[in-house]
Amino acid sequence: MSFETLVFYFLATILLFAAFRVVTARHPVHAALFLVLSFFTGAGLWMLLEAEFLAITLVLVYIGAVMVLFLFVVMMLNLNIEKMRAGFWSNLPLAAFVGLLMAIEMVLVLTVAGRTIGGDPTRHAAGYSNTKELGLLIYTDYVYPFEIAAVILLVAIIAAIAITLRRRVGTKHQDPSWQVSVKRKDRVRMVSMPAEVTTAGMSSLPPDAQKEGE
Amino acid sequence: MLTLTHFLILGALLFAVSVVGIFLNRKNLIIILMAIELMLLAVNINFVAFSHYMNDTAGQVFVFFILTVAAAESAIGLAILVALFRNLNTINVTELDHLKG
Repeated sequence: MSFETLVFYFLATILLFAAFRVVTARHPVHAALFLVLSFFTGAGLWMLLEAEFLAITLVLVYIGAVMVLFLFVVMMLNLNIEKMRAGFWSNLPLAAFVGLLMAIEMVLVLTVAGRTIGGDPTRHAAGYSNTKELGLLIYTDYVYPFEIAAVILLVAIIAAIAITLRRRVGTKHQDPSWQVSVKRKDRVRMVSMPAEVTTAGMSSLPPDAQKEGE
Repeated sequence: MLTLTHFLILGALLFAVSVVGIFLNRKNLIIILMAIELMLLAVNINFVAFSHYMNDTAGQVFVFFILTVAAAESAIGLAILVALFRNLNTINVTELDHLKG
């Protein structure tokens, strides 16, 4: 058994264990943390398949962003775990049956005797860059799908904000558009007042100053 | 000798585990979303393995797009989850029957 195969079995065991714990963990936070472990192990497997860029992307984007989002949401919600777990064990026989059936079917399909799928992978030289090749492909043949992916992300951003946005009544907040478009007459009110009548000789101000004060 | 079949069987087992997870946690929306993420990981493992053993980088481009769509999906899914919890104070799937389907 080569070292590569040994690494594969090691990572595959951890991956399947972590996946199993994700679906059976009692607390959602534990499930999210085991999901982090399974993604990390999956990234290791992709390294083994010489897909370095995607392996690093999986760690950065998935573990760094999506799983943190999951953890935030799980910790923000006050969940009743016991009520959620109701019916967990009664579903087990059906679940185990369907899962085993799927697994056995797929293994039988893939290991039919006398048939091999896939050729020998080419071993790349030391200076080979997986990222460069992927970038060349994305920016030439797949440039339109790439831009559609960007639009999908934009839609996701706007949708996520629009869904969770909440307008509460009675809060004090600024309205910048109103502040910018305000006119002089909204702020200053000119009041015409009659001049004060002072008794003759007692006025300390000259007549010009009195006129300005109006 | 590590072959393509190794990786395909691993992907199939991972997919089966996540299907079992959806069956087991039918009431917990968060775990269902996590099981969907695991399914996508299984699919991505298949794509990367095929890409490696067929010497075709196009498979990795597809994984790239799947990652994009999955990130968008989980962001919107969690936003809907938060909005649901804020309005109904539950994310139990059996209680979310307002559409009377």
